[in-house]
Amino acid sequence: MNSQRRSLVLALPGLGWLTVFMIVPCLIVFFFSFFERGVYGGIEYNFGFDNFLRAAEPIYLSIFLGSARIAALATLIAVIIAYPAAYAISLAPKDRQNTYLFLVMLPFWSNYLIRTYAWIVLLNREGLINKALGGAGIITEPLPILYNDFAVITGLVYNYLPFVILAIYASLQRLNPELREASTDLGAPAWVTFLRVTLPLTLPGVAAGAVFVFVLSIGNFITPDLLGGGRIQMVGNLIYDQFLSARDWPFGAALSLILIFIMMLLLFTQAVFVNRAQQARAAPDG
Amino acid sequence: MKRIFTTVSTAALAVALGAGAVGPWGLGSGAALAADKIVISNWDGYMPKDLPEKFKAETGIEVEVALHATNEEIMGKVVAGKGKGYDVLFVSSPFAEVLHKLGLSAPIDHAKVPNFANLYPEAASLEYDPGNTFSAPYAWGTTGLCYRSDLVEGTPSSWNDLLNPSDALKGKVTMLATDRWLMAAGMLAKGYSVNETSQAKIDEVKSQLIETKKDLLAYDDTTFYSKLVSGEASLVHAWDGWCNYGIAENDDIKYVIPQEGTDLWVDTMVITAASENKDAAHAFINYILSADNGKWVAENILYKVPNKAAMEALDGGLLASFPNLDMAPADMMKQEQLRDLGSAQKAYTKAVTEITASN
Repeated sequence: MNSQRRSLVLALPGLGWLTVFMIVPCLIVFFFSFFERGVYGGIEYNFGFDNFLRAAEPIYLSIFLGSARIAALATLIAVIIAYPAAYAISLAPKDRQNTYLFLVMLPFWSNYLIRTYAWIVLLNREGLINKALGGAGIITEPLPILYNDFAVITGLVYNYLPFVILAIYASLQRLNPELREASTDLGAPAWVTFLRVTLPLTLPGVAAGAVFVFVLSIGNFITPDLLGGGRIQMVGNLIYDQFLSARDWPFGAALSLILIFIMMLLLFTQAVFVNRAQQARAAPDG
Repeated sequence: MKRIFTTVSTAALAVALGAGAVGPWGLGSGAALAADKIVISNWDGYMPKDLPEKFKAETGIEVEVALHATNEEIMGKVVAGKGKGYDVLFVSSPFAEVLHKLGLSAPIDHAKVPNFANLYPEAASLEYDPGNTFSAPYAWGTTGLCYRSDLVEGTPSSWNDLLNPSDALKGKVTMLATDRWLMAAGMLAKGYSVNETSQAKIDEVKSQLIETKKDLLAYDDTTFYSKLVSGEASLVHAWDGWCNYGIAENDDIKYVIPQEGTDLWVDTMVITAASENKDAAHAFINYILSADNGKWVAENILYKVPNKAAMEALDGGLLASFPNLDMAPADMMKQEQLRDLGSAQKAYTKAVTEITASN
């Protein structure tokens, strides 16, 4: 009883913060989404579901699907790069691992906008990469590698990669080395051990990292704006435009709700997945 | 007009819409409490940094400068909060019109702004507000083509040079992203009004702009001139004053108004109806419209000001370096002025969404 009360007191600042800055704003978004834009912006309080119907129009659906495609590609590439990196770090001598993790996190010490802008310097027609390739005689015409899907996906992978590495590294750390030893002792070649022991047991980490990249990517609007040169429209940009250019807050609120719903669904699925994996792992022990 | 750098700060608005940003919950910046203080909102970098200080030294009135990235952003705040907390707003003319229609602007008392006498007569007959009854013009200019004369063959002369670029220019042109100007380029190329509201014509222009998108390097409202300087782009859709920032760095950069004509845009100063300090707000506008300060604004931001006394005092060397500063008001008045579209604005927004989302 006493410890329960103590937990409650300790949780209060966190709960208060979440209520004021998360739950209340979400409720306001929810509330606005059922009304209409006035002719000059602002909100007309006529209740209806028009904004949600409008979100289902082909043009907006295609933006949702396009964003999902870009986010999915970014997720896939991030996982493919992050897994071996996390694996390599987990195999490194214990005293070096923290240094490597520190290096992985290092980019976060600089501003997101600056990191993203740096890619423009690298990728543009007169940029470092094109100049280097041109100078080396490998290409004659500059490669169009900025202001397109490629640039946006590159930017997203670059920015979210550390999260995936950390998530996978954490699950590799938790893996009991005896399981791998047992597999080897029983005659399994290294790749079989990896595929049948290591990989399945670290999938929750992969899933956590993947969901993280996907959720952050699909709602991102700075990267598509800067690296897509305004030519790539993602849901985040669409929502941004509703608030800051179309002045259609109710429609923007409805789009935000849909996006929040998609994110929650993904996080929930991932939580269920992790839960099940933990139970499966716990079962043989007892 | 400047969207990129404030994206981060405005992200908070888009995500956490409530908690301070919206109507009944009150607006961020507090109302001017002291009688000797006003709050203005302007675009970043669109006013000499030292003006508020100099104004305070002269009048004792303190000026708090808030910044907005776009017209739409400040409109969002003002419409939601009924203008509370702001005294003077810098907005483009169609938005000044909206503020007026919504009753959010205060009438301008010319007796308190004697410096209106400094303005060109043309500046008093702008069709969105003849006689400057609810707005005072701050800067004006045209929208056209800004290009690298050393990279573009010949002189671009038509909006079609932008919309259907030659093979050599494909992938090296940018267009403005703001809906009114993006659509205006298409409307003008087809000989329509920049205020066209017919759905059929909007659709026609939309199809053209979807085609154009394939040849675009990017949509860019803010850094187009640096793309010209770096050579990433050769021809960009630009506001004349902003083209000057490119010319300042590379004198091969030139500005031209296409033969089909263009729009005359006016950025204005509007006093909010909610202002609790209208005398100070009038004093501020009067200060800006003085010959000396008008001159300093033009020299500092390289945009034309509608201030005859100020423009005539400009140094000849400056006009030679930036020829578009020297455009005669009578010539500018030949261009069509952007007007508020009313309910047709929705159709523009949707068309622009379809254009930018197209593949």
